[in-house]
Amino acid sequence: MTSHGHVAISCIDLRKQFVLRHTRSLKEALVWLAKGRKGDLSKKFLALKDVSLEVKQGETVALMGLNGSGKSTLLKLISGVLQPDGGTVRTRGRVAGLIEVGAGFHHDLSGRDNVYLNGAILGMTEKQIDEKFDSIVEFSEIGEFIDTEVKFYSSGMYLRLAFSIAVHTDPEVFLIDEILAVGDEPFQRKCIAKIKELSDMGKTLFVVSHDLDLVATVCERGVLLEHGEVVMDGEVHAVVAELRRRSAHAESEDSL
Amino acid sequence: MAGQTDQLVKPGSGHGLLDVYGHRFLLKLLVRKEIKVRYRGSVLGLMWSYVKPLVQFLIYFVALGIFLNLQRGTPNYAIYLFSGIVLVNFFTESLSNATRSIVDNRDLIRKIYLPRELFPVATVWVSAAHFLPQLLVLVGACLVVGWTPSVLQLAAVILIFVMVAVLGTGLGLLFGAVNVYFRDSENIVDMIVMVVTWASPVLYLWSMVQKVMGEWFWIYQLNPMTVAVEVFHWAFWEPTLRGGQLVNDATPPGMLTLWLPVALLTTLAVLFLGQFTFRRLAVHFAQEL
Ligand SMILES: Nc1ncnc2c1ncn2[C@@H]1O[C@H](COP(=O)(O)OP(=O)(O)O)[C@@H](O)[C@H]1O
Ligand SMILES: [Mg+2]
Repeated sequence: MTSHGHVAISCIDLRKQFVLRHTRSLKEALVWLAKGRKGDLSKKFLALKDVSLEVKQGETVALMGLNGSGKSTLLKLISGVLQPDGGTVRTRGRVAGLIEVGAGFHHDLSGRDNVYLNGAILGMTEKQIDEKFDSIVEFSEIGEFIDTEVKFYSSGMYLRLAFSIAVHTDPEVFLIDEILAVGDEPFQRKCIAKIKELSDMGKTLFVVSHDLDLVATVCERGVLLEHGEVVMDGEVHAVVAELRRRSAHAESEDSL
Repeated sequence: MAGQTDQLVKPGSGHGLLDVYGHRFLLKLLVRKEIKVRYRGSVLGLMWSYVKPLVQFLIYFVALGIFLNLQRGTPNYAIYLFSGIVLVNFFTESLSNATRSIVDNRDLIRKIYLPRELFPVATVWVSAAHFLPQLLVLVGACLVVGWTPSVLQLAAVILIFVMVAVLGTGLGLLFGAVNVYFRDSENIVDMIVMVVTWASPVLYLWSMVQKVMGEWFWIYQLNPMTVAVEVFHWAFWEPTLRGGQLVNDATPPGMLTLWLPVALLTTLAVLFLGQFTFRRLAVHFAQEL
């Protein structure tokens, strides 16, 4: 165990509610108002219920849970993309959400232009991108294709470049959502090595992945979400075992 | 850096338009991307921003200037017409693109936190990049017919440019934010765009409106775009007129002393309203898009 310093992420009684809106037109909304707001224009859905969680600087945490349990929602609250409906979330230092690789990519721009655009989107300054440009290209193994438009890249090349930019943004806190399954086998290994390197450098990692064996090797702590609630928080192997037990249980119930 | 790291902050709580200044490198890249992408695979590229207004100008000039013979009562009608057209185009392009900018960038907004004001502001800059070459053409045309502007008139041009940019930003923030919830917003803006060309004295003279509206003429003057176009006429068209050609009422009474300040205040009010609404609605952009 590395020694952990200050709190990097603090979530207190976080609640997030989604409105499943039925309408996107002014007409329907006006009709609804005219009818004296009768009937429900929207259905509400609680995606996170009173989630409290504290992550120390330098900790590596795996966020686990079945589909729809609220993992991505929690990551988006921490990155500031979503705002909570209750409770507070606070972070220390620069947070980079590797929520989805290549979110800021534009197909009609060259790889080079995309490195600059995506780097700036992820919070890098011009100087930082200039300095790291060669290293980004080298890590991505894109080589001479860097000046080709991204739409001509294979999906592997595309993801490699996007991931390479993301790991070069050098934030204090990394949020990683389902992106470790990037590219082919050798590149995946390289990504995992890079992530371990980041963790050794004392970066805080908050990782979502379906690959339970992988998160168990990268992370030391596990948090299990179920229907928007934290049901377990502890040593990663124990949490992985618990999740396996629960999903096996759910499957056997399904087959009944 | 060290100062930042030793305190806990709430993620995603920005300072609105003020944050755009802190992200000016990204703003520059977004503007550049927009221009690159828009003209990809086109031979003329940015030249299109000359061709389109010229065609528009020719249509109006032939239909209104020649067929309806407006050019007889209005010396240098071509200058009169073009100076209004370029300004109104700048406004309408800013507004309609800013209105669509949030929905168009939903992939980013849903996944990464950025000051969302960046997107409408970037579209206004792109429109400015289209406007400035047209302004050069206008200046060229004015010089050909003997343009002698005063320093005050040149300063007014810059002021109006800024005012229209701010007005486009304010309305763009307002309609862009509402557009996330109600796509009707785009249609409302399409209508505004259609009306604006005719609700300002671009094609005709303000005095024609005054004859019809009489004592209600001040309502017409409340529209900041009307004042903006009138000031452009005063700065570009009036200084090209010769002694004998001077129409005695080239600009409405009180334009600089009353109506310009009113327009500036209206513009600022629109900007604050736009920013206020935008900030209220932006909290839920990511989940509504
Ligand atoms: N923008 C949204 N609007 C409505 N419902 C949403 C939205 N985002 C997520 N949800 C719902 O919230 C729940 C949790 O989603 P998510 O956090 O993506 O789960 P996970 O990442 O664990 O699979 C799901 O039921 C999903 O349908
Ligand atoms: Mg998810």
